[in-house]
Amino acid sequence: MTNTLLMDRRRLLQGAGYISLAFSIPAIDALAQAPAGDKPRLPGDLNSVRKIGAWIQINADKTVTLLIGKVELGQGILTAVAQICADELDIDWKQLKVVSGDTALVPNEGVTAGSFSMPNCGPAVRQASAEARKIMLDLAAEKLKVPADKLTVKDGIVSAPGAGSVSYWDLAVGQALEREATGAVKPKAPKDYRYVGKDVPRLDIPAKMLGEEIFVHELRPKGMLYGQVTRPPTYKAKLASLDSSAVEKMPGVVKVVRSGSFLGVIAEREEQANAAAQALFNAAKWDIEKDLPGNDGMQDWLMKTKPARIIETKKQPRAGGDPAVKTMEATYYRPYHMHASIGTSAAVATMGADGVMTIQTHSQSVFETAEAIAKMLGLEVSKVRCQHVQGSGCYGHNMADDAAADAALLAAAMPGKPIRLQYTREGEHRWEPYGSAMVMKAKAGLDKDGNVLDWDLHLWSTPHGTRPNKNPGNLLSARYLEKPFAMPTPQNNGGPNFAADRNAIALYDFPGHNVLTHFITDMPLRVSSTRGLGAYANVFAIESFIDELAVAAGVDPVQYRLRFMKDERARDVIVKAAELFGWDKWKKREGRGRGIGFAKYKNIAGYCAVALEVEVNKRNGRIRVLRAAAAADSGHIVSPDGVRNQIEGGLIQSLSWTLKEEVKFDDTGVTSQDWASYPILTFNEVPSIEVALIDRPGAPFLGTGEASQGPTGAALANAAFDAVGVRFRRLPLTPDRVKAGLGA
Amino acid sequence: MTAFKLNQKDVRTDAPATSPLLFVLANDLGVNGVKYGCGKSQCGACTVIVDGEPVRSCQTALSAVAGRSVVTLEGLREGGKPSKLQQAFIDEQAAQCGFCAAGMIMQAQALLDRNPQPTESDVRTSLNGNLCRCGAHNRIVRAVLRAAREA
Repeated sequence: MTNTLLMDRRRLLQGAGYISLAFSIPAIDALAQAPAGDKPRLPGDLNSVRKIGAWIQINADKTVTLLIGKVELGQGILTAVAQICADELDIDWKQLKVVSGDTALVPNEGVTAGSFSMPNCGPAVRQASAEARKIMLDLAAEKLKVPADKLTVKDGIVSAPGAGSVSYWDLAVGQALEREATGAVKPKAPKDYRYVGKDVPRLDIPAKMLGEEIFVHELRPKGMLYGQVTRPPTYKAKLASLDSSAVEKMPGVVKVVRSGSFLGVIAEREEQANAAAQALFNAAKWDIEKDLPGNDGMQDWLMKTKPARIIETKKQPRAGGDPAVKTMEATYYRPYHMHASIGTSAAVATMGADGVMTIQTHSQSVFETAEAIAKMLGLEVSKVRCQHVQGSGCYGHNMADDAAADAALLAAAMPGKPIRLQYTREGEHRWEPYGSAMVMKAKAGLDKDGNVLDWDLHLWSTPHGTRPNKNPGNLLSARYLEKPFAMPTPQNNGGPNFAADRNAIALYDFPGHNVLTHFITDMPLRVSSTRGLGAYANVFAIESFIDELAVAAGVDPVQYRLRFMKDERARDVIVKAAELFGWDKWKKREGRGRGIGFAKYKNIAGYCAVALEVEVNKRNGRIRVLRAAAAADSGHIVSPDGVRNQIEGGLIQSLSWTLKEEVKFDDTGVTSQDWASYPILTFNEVPSIEVALIDRPGAPFLGTGEASQGPTGAALANAAFDAVGVRFRRLPLTPDRVKAGLGA
Repeated sequence: MTAFKLNQKDVRTDAPATSPLLFVLANDLGVNGVKYGCGKSQCGACTVIVDGEPVRSCQTALSAVAGRSVVTLEGLREGGKPSKLQQAFIDEQAAQCGFCAAGMIMQAQALLDRNPQPTESDVRTSLNGNLCRCGAHNRIVRAVLRAAREA
């Protein structure tokens, strides 16, 4: 299955014995069908791509192909939707092939991000599969001359008692699935599922453990050359002059590509391309600006810079009642974070003789990136095809799209030659779009018992969304070309509580509750969507502050939270995490502390609470996390191990952010350029983790991929406070900062 | 021309002797089980075993393995089947993206070759120089311990 991702359309249509006519029109055309006003609302992304055949094809070789627009990022989405499809279609799991993220083949499901894949793709696949099964049953009923409700299906064989059987593969002729879904077919009851809710092994894992071709970095088309780019020394530097003649004579160098301040090189070997790119940098003269606030100046910068917008994310003044008897206030800071993928971003691009630029990419947004690249190159949108091939985990908008664009820029300069490009570590660390630094100021008015009467959260942030979004100005290199594309001004789109203000509205019921977002569009450092957007910082602030209020009120932090939490499912995960941790039996010891944090991601996705225990070494300021317990409710669970993996992984990544990570920069540029200058958590620092899942069969699928980050950060700071009695409000909690806090 | 043993087979390559072993393996010899992560021996994604020792192939010149034996992820298979360690990684679902997995498995194999019954602490210490960003650490540790147990 390793190269299903590179399946071409001809093979999909004919080579595999394809017999439905789903692609008598290109899939891409099916996407244009906007649902007319009188059509029923269909589940998830099926509402926008309504044709069943755009999602499911029944093949003559006794297989079924599932086509989805969402892509595998290591989160296990292909496996989860395959479970759903196999169950609803009543086929054996092994009979299913999944094709994803090829702009020429699959339904456009937008960006794979925001924990939206299970909520949007999952229900679409479920409904399309259920309707495909119904179509097969109706065809079988006609053929076997038995009422459809007397038929049973197993592994694609439809049987009638005493009247024989017929298979899907016999039935699926012509345009059987070439119709729009109706929404009238009811999916199965959870109890009838064979795969959903079970731990099935992930489809992509064996290849990764055995060294089979699966990553974009491993593609080696015949005649391939290697590309690399040379970035300026700083964001706004301009190329003043360059004599590239010596570089052009370096071993293996095939071509130096220059356009404005964009520099790239094509060579016969990867190390030659990298060496030539470095030599180009050394040979170039740049005009450099010095205008960055530096990492230590960033908190002040955020508070002083004029916001483009001040958004009333929530406005709920308290109606009457007594005035507060006490007010508490605290300010929290989150620095810039990197996505910091272990593999640097890569892509392969080929300018074909047919004028089509084909790009293998690990982009999260193949359709929108393809369009942005087309506009950058001056090509028609239909002349750029992106095919998703897996890359290193991205955790949001890293440089995957930039790599696709850069490979395409180089490939355009050398038509007919596939160009593979993988950034250097420094190239990725210094140029990726970081998660924005943020300041959160919390304020509470309290009654005589320490209960919240008025709650205010004010936040300051630069943007969280600069994805390609069909606009070349969002592709890094496009801004440096001879005819540069201007970066569009980023928006804080998605409604309240979605981007910078994601999770800024606490789920607690407070009588007065106001949230104000200062959205700053100036960007000292390049920023974009990083796992959770504003949620990590906002939850860190909210869950730290409520802990401060609980302590001030002399109330147990778990009980204090429950006082204000009406949402039953939220209460359940808080209580479950506390139970799993052994909160009530826990005994205080010198230097040790416990902390808890909670959030319902985006207030619409997965619920998660995290409790953990730390030990703080007062001598050297090191915080050691001893163990963690998490409880999660992701609605109806398709893959229990998949949910556990996401909760655990998010927890560990958040510990890394919270304990260690801060992008360092001076007045000219980023100085965090490798793993020594931007360290992340290592094996010896990872605690044991227990995860309890609360399943809700029949309830909607809730996204899980970003659920545990916010709660973990706050739980850690709360545990550190519990251990040493000092509140740490500025991230990360490095030994130096802890020692400073302790006055040591 | 440089000759060495790759996964028990003799190979020869006319790649420049100064080229990083990583790029020779990945680009000249078609090996998938080595990954470029940092080029500085900081992440472990490129780990291979040279004459029994785990080595970061990104900072090893091709000339350094002349006449020696190099084992990559592909070479661990036993009779075409996943090795015990590979199978344990599959059974424990010890990955999210899996980009670090090749280096993890090679580093762990070198540990098991030297110490067939490691403690959890041995495993963590041995893998401490291999970075994972997805947070699959505990699964990876479980997989190595499982392979040791089932060996």
